[in-house]
Amino acid sequence: MTSPTLWAITRRSLVKDLRLEWRSKDAINSMLFFALLVVVIFSFGFDPTAEESRKIAGGLLWVAILFATVVALNQTWTRELRNQVLDAYRLSPAPPQALFLSKTIGNFLFVSILEVLMVPLFVVFYNLRSVGPVWQLLVVALLATWALVVNGTFFAALSIRTRSREIMLPLILFPISIPALLAMVDATTSILTGDNSPIFWIRLLAVYDLVFTTVSLILFEPVLNAE
Amino acid sequence: MNDPTPSIAAPLSSEGAAVSVRDVVRHFGRFAALRGITADFAPGRLYVLLGENGAGKSTLLRVIAGLLAPSRGSVRVLGSSDIRSVATRFGYMGHAPLLYDEMSAVENLAYFAALYGITDRARCEDAIRTVGLDPSLERRVGQYSQGMRQRISLARAIVHGPELLFLDEPFSNVDVRSAKQMTSLLARMRDQGTTIFVVTHQAAIMEPVADECVVLDAGRLVAREKGIPPRLLTPYLAEERAALRTNMEGA
Repeated sequence: MTSPTLWAITRRSLVKDLRLEWRSKDAINSMLFFALLVVVIFSFGFDPTAEESRKIAGGLLWVAILFATVVALNQTWTRELRNQVLDAYRLSPAPPQALFLSKTIGNFLFVSILEVLMVPLFVVFYNLRSVGPVWQLLVVALLATWALVVNGTFFAALSIRTRSREIMLPLILFPISIPALLAMVDATTSILTGDNSPIFWIRLLAVYDLVFTTVSLILFEPVLNAE
Repeated sequence: MNDPTPSIAAPLSSEGAAVSVRDVVRHFGRFAALRGITADFAPGRLYVLLGENGAGKSTLLRVIAGLLAPSRGSVRVLGSSDIRSVATRFGYMGHAPLLYDEMSAVENLAYFAALYGITDRARCEDAIRTVGLDPSLERRVGQYSQGMRQRISLARAIVHGPELLFLDEPFSNVDVRSAKQMTSLLARMRDQGTTIFVVTHQAAIMEPVADECVVLDAGRLVAREKGIPPRLLTPYLAEERAALRTNMEGA
Protein backbone atom coordinates (compact mmCIF):
# COMPACT_ATOMS: atom_id res chain seq x y z
CA MET A 1 0.00 0.00 0.00
CA THR A 2 1.55 3.29 -1.15
CA SER A 3 0.68 6.69 0.28
CA PRO A 4 -1.91 8.37 -1.93
CA THR A 5 -0.62 11.58 -3.50
CA LEU A 6 -2.59 14.81 -3.82
CA TRP A 7 -2.83 14.63 -7.61
CA ALA A 8 -3.65 10.93 -7.76
CA ILE A 9 -6.57 11.39 -5.35
CA THR A 10 -7.68 14.62 -7.05
CA ARG A 11 -7.80 12.80 -10.38
CA ARG A 12 -9.64 9.80 -8.89
CA SER A 13 -12.18 11.99 -7.11
CA LEU A 14 -12.71 14.11 -10.22
CA VAL A 15 -13.35 11.03 -12.37
CA LYS A 16 -15.76 9.76 -9.72
CA ASP A 17 -17.63 13.10 -9.63
CA LEU A 18 -17.85 13.26 -13.44
CA ARG A 19 -19.16 9.69 -13.50
CA LEU A 20 -21.77 10.48 -10.84
CA GLU A 21 -22.82 13.63 -12.69
CA TRP A 22 -22.99 11.79 -16.01
CA ARG A 23 -25.33 9.26 -14.43
CA SER A 24 -27.51 11.60 -12.38
CA LYS A 25 -27.17 14.89 -14.36
CA ASP A 26 -28.30 16.68 -11.19
CA ALA A 27 -26.06 19.73 -11.51
CA ILE A 28 -25.94 20.19 -15.28
CA ASN A 29 -29.69 19.88 -15.84
CA SER A 30 -30.72 22.27 -13.08
CA MET A 31 -27.97 24.74 -14.01
CA LEU A 32 -28.83 24.78 -17.73
CA PHE A 33 -32.53 25.10 -17.15
CA PHE A 34 -32.03 27.94 -14.68
CA ALA A 35 -29.57 29.82 -16.94
CA LEU A 36 -31.82 29.44 -19.96
CA LEU A 37 -34.73 30.92 -18.01
CA VAL A 38 -32.60 33.88 -16.92
CA VAL A 39 -31.44 34.61 -20.49
CA VAL A 40 -34.97 34.42 -21.91
CA ILE A 41 -36.43 36.60 -19.13
CA PHE A 42 -33.64 39.17 -19.59
CA SER A 43 -34.31 39.25 -23.33
CA PHE A 44 -38.01 39.98 -22.66
CA GLY A 45 -37.08 42.64 -20.10
CA PHE A 46 -34.70 44.59 -22.35
CA ASP A 47 -34.80 45.59 -25.97
CA PRO A 48 -31.40 47.20 -26.44
CA THR A 49 -29.68 48.54 -29.55
CA ALA A 50 -26.37 46.91 -30.60
CA GLU A 51 -24.41 49.65 -28.82
CA GLU A 52 -26.42 49.30 -25.59
CA SER A 53 -26.11 45.53 -25.76
CA ARG A 54 -22.34 45.74 -25.69
CA LYS A 55 -22.55 47.87 -22.55
CA ILE A 56 -24.94 45.68 -20.56
CA ALA A 57 -24.20 42.17 -21.88
CA GLY A 58 -21.19 41.64 -19.59
CA GLY A 59 -23.30 42.32 -16.49
CA LEU A 60 -26.25 40.23 -17.65
CA LEU A 61 -24.08 37.30 -18.70
CA TRP A 62 -22.09 37.09 -15.48
CA VAL A 63 -25.10 37.59 -13.21
CA ALA A 64 -26.88 34.78 -15.06
CA ILE A 65 -23.81 32.55 -14.71
CA LEU A 66 -23.40 33.42 -11.02
CA PHE A 67 -27.01 32.48 -10.25
CA ALA A 68 -26.75 29.26 -12.25
CA THR A 69 -23.44 28.40 -10.56
CA VAL A 70 -25.10 28.60 -7.14
CA VAL A 71 -27.63 26.01 -8.28
CA ALA A 72 -24.78 23.65 -9.25
CA LEU A 73 -22.77 24.38 -6.12
CA ASN A 74 -25.65 23.34 -3.91
CA GLN A 75 -25.51 19.90 -5.54
CA THR A 76 -21.74 19.58 -5.10
CA TRP A 77 -21.70 18.40 -1.53
CA THR A 78 -25.23 17.00 -1.31
CA ARG A 79 -24.18 13.69 -2.81
CA GLU A 80 -21.33 13.45 -0.30
CA LEU A 81 -23.83 13.78 2.56
CA ARG A 82 -26.13 11.07 1.18
CA ASN A 83 -25.21 7.78 2.91
CA GLN A 84 -22.66 9.83 4.92
CA VAL A 85 -20.04 9.12 2.24
CA LEU A 86 -18.04 12.12 3.39
CA ASP A 87 -17.21 10.17 6.58
CA ALA A 88 -15.47 7.51 4.47
CA TYR A 89 -13.24 10.19 2.98
CA ARG A 90 -12.56 11.76 6.38
CA LEU A 91 -11.48 8.38 7.75
CA SER A 92 -9.05 7.75 4.93
CA PRO A 93 -5.44 8.98 4.75
CA ALA A 94 -6.23 10.90 1.53
CA PRO A 95 -5.35 14.60 1.68
CA PRO A 96 -8.47 16.76 2.29
CA GLN A 97 -7.21 19.31 -0.28
CA ALA A 98 -7.55 16.66 -3.00
CA LEU A 99 -11.29 16.49 -2.37
CA PHE A 100 -11.55 20.27 -2.54
CA LEU A 101 -9.53 20.49 -5.75
CA SER A 102 -11.51 17.74 -7.46
CA LYS A 103 -14.81 19.40 -6.56
CA THR A 104 -13.54 22.78 -7.75
CA ILE A 105 -12.22 21.41 -11.04
CA GLY A 106 -15.48 19.47 -11.53
CA ASN A 107 -17.54 22.61 -10.95
CA PHE A 108 -15.21 24.53 -13.26
CA LEU A 109 -15.95 22.02 -16.03
CA PHE A 110 -19.72 22.12 -15.42
CA VAL A 111 -19.83 25.93 -15.44
CA SER A 112 -17.58 26.03 -18.52
CA ILE A 113 -20.03 23.75 -20.34
CA LEU A 114 -22.81 26.11 -19.30
CA GLU A 115 -20.87 29.10 -20.65
CA VAL A 116 -20.15 27.38 -23.96
CA LEU A 117 -23.90 26.83 -24.36
CA MET A 118 -24.98 30.23 -23.03
CA VAL A 119 -22.64 32.60 -24.84
CA PRO A 120 -24.01 31.82 -28.32
CA LEU A 121 -27.51 32.42 -26.94
CA PHE A 122 -26.43 35.82 -25.65
CA VAL A 123 -24.85 36.65 -29.00
CA VAL A 124 -28.11 35.79 -30.77
CA PHE A 125 -30.54 37.38 -28.28
CA TYR A 126 -28.54 40.62 -27.90
CA ASN A 127 -27.03 40.81 -31.39
CA LEU A 128 -23.52 41.09 -29.89
CA ARG A 129 -20.34 41.93 -31.79
CA SER A 130 -17.10 42.47 -29.91
CA VAL A 131 -15.09 45.60 -30.74
CA GLY A 132 -12.07 44.49 -28.67
CA PRO A 133 -9.98 41.30 -29.21
CA VAL A 134 -12.10 38.19 -28.66
CA TRP A 135 -9.22 36.10 -27.27
CA GLN A 136 -9.22 38.37 -24.20
CA LEU A 137 -12.80 37.27 -23.53
CA LEU A 138 -11.51 33.71 -23.25
CA VAL A 139 -8.94 34.74 -20.63
CA VAL A 140 -11.62 36.62 -18.68
CA ALA A 141 -13.98 33.63 -18.90
CA LEU A 142 -11.33 31.22 -17.52
CA LEU A 143 -10.30 33.49 -14.65
CA ALA A 144 -13.86 34.56 -13.82
CA THR A 145 -15.18 31.00 -13.84
CA TRP A 146 -12.40 29.85 -11.52
CA ALA A 147 -13.13 32.81 -9.20
CA LEU A 148 -16.79 31.79 -8.96
CA VAL A 149 -16.23 28.07 -8.43
CA VAL A 150 -13.27 28.21 -6.05
CA ASN A 151 -15.19 30.45 -3.66
CA GLY A 152 -18.44 28.68 -4.26
CA THR A 153 -17.04 25.21 -3.63
CA PHE A 154 -15.41 26.36 -0.41
CA PHE A 155 -18.46 28.15 0.96
CA ALA A 156 -20.75 25.33 -0.13
CA ALA A 157 -18.57 23.00 1.99
CA LEU A 158 -18.78 25.47 4.87
CA SER A 159 -22.57 25.52 4.75
CA ILE A 160 -23.26 21.78 4.27
CA ARG A 161 -23.93 21.18 7.94
CA THR A 162 -26.29 24.13 8.30
CA ARG A 163 -30.01 23.43 8.15
CA SER A 164 -30.86 25.98 5.45
CA ARG A 165 -27.78 25.55 3.27
CA GLU A 166 -29.56 26.53 0.00
CA ILE A 167 -30.18 29.99 1.49
CA MET A 168 -26.90 30.13 3.38
CA LEU A 169 -24.66 29.67 0.33
CA PRO A 170 -25.74 32.77 -1.66
CA LEU A 171 -25.81 34.82 1.55
CA ILE A 172 -22.12 34.07 2.14
CA LEU A 173 -20.98 33.75 -1.47
CA PHE A 174 -22.43 36.87 -3.09
CA PRO A 175 -20.78 39.49 -0.83
CA ILE A 176 -17.41 37.71 -1.07
CA SER A 177 -17.73 37.53 -4.88
CA ILE A 178 -18.39 41.26 -5.37
CA PRO A 179 -14.75 42.19 -6.26
CA ALA A 180 -14.55 39.28 -8.72
CA LEU A 181 -17.98 40.08 -10.17
CA LEU A 182 -16.99 43.72 -10.63
CA ALA A 183 -13.76 42.66 -12.35
CA MET A 184 -15.40 40.12 -14.68
CA VAL A 185 -18.23 42.47 -15.69
CA ASP A 186 -15.94 45.46 -16.30
CA ALA A 187 -13.37 43.36 -18.16
CA THR A 188 -16.07 41.85 -20.40
CA THR A 189 -17.67 45.26 -21.06
CA SER A 190 -14.26 46.79 -21.83
CA ILE A 191 -13.53 44.08 -24.40
CA LEU A 192 -16.99 44.20 -25.99
CA THR A 193 -17.09 48.00 -26.32
CA GLY A 194 -13.36 48.50 -26.93
CA ASP A 195 -13.58 51.71 -24.84
CA ASN A 196 -11.02 50.85 -22.14
CA SER A 197 -8.21 48.37 -21.59
CA PRO A 198 -9.39 45.29 -19.64
CA ILE A 199 -5.86 44.54 -18.37
CA PHE A 200 -6.39 46.01 -14.88
CA TRP A 201 -9.54 43.92 -14.37
CA ILE A 202 -7.87 40.79 -15.72
CA ARG A 203 -4.99 41.25 -13.28
CA LEU A 204 -7.45 41.82 -10.44
CA LEU A 205 -9.22 38.56 -11.34
CA ALA A 206 -5.88 36.69 -11.44
CA VAL A 207 -4.90 37.99 -7.98
CA TYR A 208 -8.37 37.23 -6.62
CA ASP A 209 -8.10 33.64 -7.94
CA LEU A 210 -4.65 33.18 -6.47
CA VAL A 211 -5.59 34.53 -3.04
CA PHE A 212 -8.86 32.63 -2.72
CA THR A 213 -7.45 29.35 -4.05
CA THR A 214 -4.60 29.51 -1.53
CA VAL A 215 -6.83 30.47 1.40
CA SER A 216 -9.43 27.82 0.53
CA LEU A 217 -6.77 25.10 0.30
CA ILE A 218 -5.35 26.09 3.67
CA LEU A 219 -8.73 26.30 5.42
CA PHE A 220 -10.43 23.33 3.83
CA GLU A 221 -9.20 20.66 6.28
CA PRO A 222 -10.82 22.26 9.38
CA VAL A 223 -13.99 22.88 7.33
CA LEU A 224 -14.11 19.21 6.27
CA ASN A 225 -13.65 17.99 9.83
CA ALA A 226 -15.99 20.50 11.47
CA GLU A 227 -18.80 18.83 13.41
CA MET B 1 -17.64 -16.58 31.03
CA ASN B 2 -20.58 -16.98 33.38
CA ASP B 3 -19.35 -14.72 36.16
CA PRO B 4 -22.56 -13.12 37.42
CA THR B 5 -20.89 -9.96 38.74
CA PRO B 6 -20.50 -7.09 36.32
CA SER B 7 -16.96 -5.86 36.24
CA ILE B 8 -15.13 -2.90 34.81
CA ALA B 9 -11.80 -4.55 34.30
CA ALA B 10 -8.76 -2.82 32.90
CA PRO B 11 -7.01 -5.94 31.62
CA LEU B 12 -3.74 -4.42 30.41
CA SER B 13 -1.73 -1.27 30.45
CA SER B 14 -2.30 1.29 27.72
CA GLU B 15 1.20 0.53 26.35
CA GLY B 16 0.23 -2.67 24.55
CA ALA B 17 -3.38 -1.73 23.88
CA ALA B 18 -4.87 -1.53 20.40
CA VAL B 19 -7.20 1.17 21.69
CA SER B 20 -6.90 3.14 24.87
CA VAL B 21 -9.43 5.71 26.05
CA ARG B 22 -8.92 7.90 29.10
CA ASP B 23 -11.74 9.77 30.84
CA VAL B 24 -13.50 10.42 27.54
CA VAL B 25 -16.47 12.76 27.72
CA ARG B 26 -18.51 13.81 24.72
CA HIS B 27 -21.24 16.43 24.82
CA PHE B 28 -23.84 17.25 22.18
CA GLY B 29 -24.95 20.67 23.34
CA ARG B 30 -25.95 20.13 26.97
CA PHE B 31 -26.45 16.39 26.54
CA ALA B 32 -23.54 14.20 27.67
CA ALA B 33 -23.42 11.16 25.36
CA LEU B 34 -20.23 9.83 26.99
CA ARG B 35 -19.49 10.48 30.66
CA GLY B 36 -15.90 9.72 31.51
CA ILE B 37 -15.06 6.43 29.83
CA THR B 38 -11.68 4.90 30.60
CA ALA B 39 -10.68 1.56 29.11
CA ASP B 40 -7.91 -0.33 27.34
CA PHE B 41 -8.58 -2.86 24.62
CA ALA B 42 -6.02 -5.55 23.83
CA PRO B 43 -5.08 -6.32 20.23
CA GLY B 44 -6.36 -9.38 18.35
CA ARG B 45 -9.65 -9.64 20.19
CA LEU B 46 -13.28 -9.27 19.19
CA TYR B 47 -15.20 -6.85 21.39
CA VAL B 48 -18.98 -6.47 21.34
CA LEU B 49 -20.39 -3.18 22.58
CA LEU B 50 -23.83 -3.61 24.12
CA GLY B 51 -26.33 -1.21 25.59
CA GLU B 52 -29.69 0.36 25.02
CA ASN B 53 -30.41 3.05 22.44
CA GLY B 54 -28.65 6.24 23.49
CA ALA B 55 -26.19 4.41 25.75
CA GLY B 56 -23.28 5.94 23.81
CA LYS B 57 -22.02 2.92 21.84
CA SER B 58 -21.96 4.56 18.41
CA THR B 59 -20.62 7.79 19.85
CA LEU B 60 -17.76 5.91 21.52
CA LEU B 61 -16.94 4.19 18.23
CA ARG B 62 -17.00 7.49 16.33
CA VAL B 63 -14.78 9.13 18.92
CA ILE B 64 -12.26 6.29 18.74
CA ALA B 65 -12.31 6.37 14.91
CA GLY B 66 -11.68 10.11 14.95
CA LEU B 67 -15.01 11.12 13.40
CA LEU B 68 -15.92 12.98 16.58
CA ALA B 69 -13.53 14.82 18.85
CA PRO B 70 -13.95 14.11 22.56
CA SER B 71 -15.12 17.09 24.62
CA ARG B 72 -12.66 15.93 27.26
CA GLY B 73 -10.20 13.06 27.69
CA SER B 74 -7.84 11.33 25.31
CA VAL B 75 -7.87 8.47 22.83
CA ARG B 76 -4.90 6.42 21.60
CA VAL B 77 -5.36 4.14 18.62
CA LEU B 78 -2.62 1.65 17.72
CA GLY B 79 -0.24 3.52 19.98
CA SER B 80 -0.86 6.95 18.49
CA SER B 81 -2.95 9.87 19.69
CA ASP B 82 -2.88 11.28 16.14
CA ILE B 83 -5.59 9.15 14.59
CA ARG B 84 -4.90 10.41 11.05
CA SER B 85 -1.39 8.99 11.26
CA VAL B 86 -2.82 5.47 11.64
CA ALA B 87 -5.69 5.93 9.17
CA THR B 88 -4.36 3.22 6.84
CA ARG B 89 -4.42 0.69 9.69
CA PHE B 90 -8.10 0.76 10.65
CA GLY B 91 -11.45 0.37 8.93
CA TYR B 92 -14.88 1.68 9.88
CA MET B 93 -18.36 0.63 8.92
CA GLY B 94 -21.02 3.08 10.01
CA HIS B 95 -24.80 3.10 10.47
CA ALA B 96 -25.10 4.48 6.94
CA PRO B 97 -23.39 2.45 4.20
CA LEU B 98 -20.84 5.18 3.25
CA LEU B 99 -21.25 4.24 -0.43
CA TYR B 100 -22.33 6.08 -3.58
CA ASP B 101 -25.74 4.83 -4.72
CA GLU B 102 -25.04 5.71 -8.38
CA MET B 103 -21.95 3.47 -8.66
CA SER B 104 -21.58 -0.31 -8.73
CA ALA B 105 -19.95 -2.23 -5.88
CA VAL B 106 -16.60 -2.56 -7.71
CA GLU B 107 -16.60 1.10 -8.72
CA ASN B 108 -17.27 2.11 -5.11
CA LEU B 109 -14.55 -0.11 -3.74
CA ALA B 110 -12.05 0.92 -6.42
CA TYR B 111 -12.56 4.56 -5.45
CA PHE B 112 -12.32 4.02 -1.70
CA ALA B 113 -9.33 1.67 -2.08
CA ALA B 114 -7.58 4.39 -4.10
CA LEU B 115 -7.93 6.72 -1.12
CA TYR B 116 -5.66 4.23 0.69
CA GLY B 117 -3.22 4.07 -2.21
CA ILE B 118 -4.54 0.74 -3.51
CA THR B 119 -5.02 0.69 -7.27
CA ASP B 120 -5.31 -3.08 -7.74
CA ARG B 121 -8.87 -3.79 -8.91
CA ALA B 122 -8.45 -7.52 -8.16
CA ARG B 123 -8.14 -6.67 -4.48
CA CYS B 124 -11.51 -4.90 -4.58
CA GLU B 125 -13.08 -7.90 -6.27
CA ASP B 126 -11.57 -10.18 -3.60
CA ALA B 127 -13.07 -8.03 -0.84
CA ILE B 128 -16.50 -8.30 -2.48
CA ARG B 129 -16.14 -12.08 -2.76
CA THR B 130 -15.04 -12.24 0.87
CA VAL B 131 -18.39 -10.81 2.00
CA GLY B 132 -20.22 -13.34 -0.16
CA LEU B 133 -21.21 -11.18 -3.14
CA ASP B 134 -20.45 -11.37 -6.84
CA PRO B 135 -18.05 -8.64 -8.02
CA SER B 136 -19.29 -8.94 -11.60
CA LEU B 137 -22.69 -7.52 -10.57
CA GLU B 138 -23.05 -4.31 -12.57
CA ARG B 139 -26.10 -3.09 -10.68
CA ARG B 140 -25.63 0.20 -8.89
CA VAL B 141 -25.48 0.06 -5.11
CA GLY B 142 -28.68 2.12 -4.85
CA GLN B 143 -30.53 -0.84 -6.40
CA TYR B 144 -29.14 -3.36 -3.89
CA SER B 145 -31.18 -4.74 -1.02
CA GLN B 146 -30.40 -3.33 2.43
CA GLY B 147 -28.56 -6.51 3.42
CA MET B 148 -26.38 -6.43 0.30
CA ARG B 149 -25.51 -2.81 0.96
CA GLN B 150 -24.44 -3.77 4.48
CA ARG B 151 -22.13 -6.43 3.07
CA ILE B 152 -20.63 -4.08 0.48
CA SER B 153 -20.16 -1.59 3.27
CA LEU B 154 -18.21 -4.24 5.20
CA ALA B 155 -16.15 -4.94 2.06
CA ARG B 156 -15.34 -1.21 1.84
CA ALA B 157 -14.20 -1.23 5.47
CA ILE B 158 -11.84 -4.18 4.98
CA VAL B 159 -10.57 -3.61 1.42
CA HIS B 160 -7.29 -2.10 2.64
CA GLY B 161 -6.62 -4.96 5.08
CA PRO B 162 -6.97 -3.08 8.39
CA GLU B 163 -5.56 -4.42 11.65
CA LEU B 164 -8.34 -2.67 13.59
CA LEU B 165 -11.98 -2.72 12.56
CA PHE B 166 -14.95 -0.73 13.88
CA LEU B 167 -18.41 -1.96 12.94
CA ASP B 168 -21.55 -0.06 13.90
CA GLU B 169 -24.70 -2.21 13.65
CA PRO B 170 -23.33 -4.41 10.84
CA PHE B 171 -26.28 -6.84 11.00
CA SER B 172 -29.19 -4.44 10.73
CA ASN B 173 -31.50 -5.63 7.93
CA VAL B 174 -29.22 -8.61 7.24
CA ASP B 175 -30.85 -12.05 7.08
CA VAL B 176 -29.73 -14.72 9.57
CA ARG B 177 -27.69 -16.75 7.05
CA SER B 178 -25.80 -13.69 5.81
CA ALA B 179 -25.28 -12.51 9.38
CA LYS B 180 -23.72 -15.87 10.24
CA GLN B 181 -21.42 -15.61 7.21
CA MET B 182 -20.39 -12.15 8.30
CA THR B 183 -19.79 -13.38 11.84
CA SER B 184 -17.59 -16.22 10.57
CA LEU B 185 -15.60 -13.73 8.51
CA LEU B 186 -15.09 -11.54 11.56
CA ALA B 187 -13.97 -14.54 13.60
CA ARG B 188 -11.45 -15.48 10.89
CA MET B 189 -10.11 -11.92 10.81
CA ARG B 190 -9.81 -11.91 14.58
CA ASP B 191 -7.92 -15.23 14.44
CA GLN B 192 -5.50 -13.61 11.98
CA GLY B 193 -4.82 -10.83 14.48
CA THR B 194 -7.35 -8.11 13.63
CA THR B 195 -8.85 -6.26 16.59
CA ILE B 196 -12.59 -5.87 16.05
CA PHE B 197 -15.22 -3.72 17.75
CA VAL B 198 -18.85 -4.47 16.98
CA VAL B 199 -21.75 -2.32 18.14
CA THR B 200 -24.92 -4.34 17.96
CA HIS B 201 -28.36 -4.90 19.44
CA GLN B 202 -28.28 -8.47 18.15
CA ALA B 203 -26.00 -9.91 20.81
CA ALA B 204 -27.11 -13.47 20.08
CA ILE B 205 -25.51 -13.34 16.62
CA MET B 206 -22.14 -12.36 18.09
CA GLU B 207 -22.30 -14.67 21.09
CA PRO B 208 -20.40 -17.62 19.51
CA VAL B 209 -17.41 -15.52 18.47
CA ALA B 210 -17.21 -12.61 20.96
CA ASP B 211 -14.10 -12.51 23.15
CA GLU B 212 -15.41 -9.83 25.41
CA CYS B 213 -18.49 -7.67 25.78
CA VAL B 214 -18.46 -4.07 26.87
CA VAL B 215 -21.70 -2.74 28.31
CA LEU B 216 -22.55 0.93 28.21
CA ASP B 217 -25.39 2.63 30.00
CA ALA B 218 -26.25 6.32 29.80
CA GLY B 219 -22.77 7.19 28.54
CA ARG B 220 -20.91 5.16 31.16
CA LEU B 221 -19.01 1.91 30.81
CA VAL B 222 -20.80 -0.28 33.35
CA ALA B 223 -19.42 -3.77 32.66
CA ARG B 224 -16.76 -5.72 30.77
CA GLU B 225 -17.00 -9.46 30.66
CA LYS B 226 -15.53 -12.41 28.80
CA GLY B 227 -17.76 -13.58 25.97
CA ILE B 228 -21.39 -12.58 26.22
CA PRO B 229 -22.85 -14.01 29.43
CA PRO B 230 -26.40 -15.43 29.21
CA ARG B 231 -27.75 -12.80 31.60
CA LEU B 232 -26.68 -10.13 29.10
CA LEU B 233 -27.83 -12.22 26.19
CA THR B 234 -31.27 -12.93 27.60
CA PRO B 235 -32.73 -9.43 27.52
CA TYR B 236 -31.60 -9.06 23.92
CA LEU B 237 -33.00 -12.47 22.96
CA ALA B 238 -36.22 -11.57 24.72
CA GLU B 239 -36.35 -8.30 22.79
CA GLU B 240 -35.68 -10.09 19.51
CA ARG B 241 -38.39 -12.66 20.24
CA ALA B 242 -40.83 -9.92 21.21
CA ALA B 243 -40.07 -8.05 17.99
CA LEU B 244 -40.56 -11.23 15.98
CA ARG B 245 -43.88 -11.92 17.73
CA THR B 246 -45.05 -8.37 17.01
CA ASN B 247 -44.09 -8.71 13.36
CA MET B 248 -45.91 -12.03 13.04
CA GLU B 249 -49.01 -10.64 14.74
CA GLY B 250 -48.86 -7.62 12.45
CA ALA B 251 -48.60 -9.90 9.40
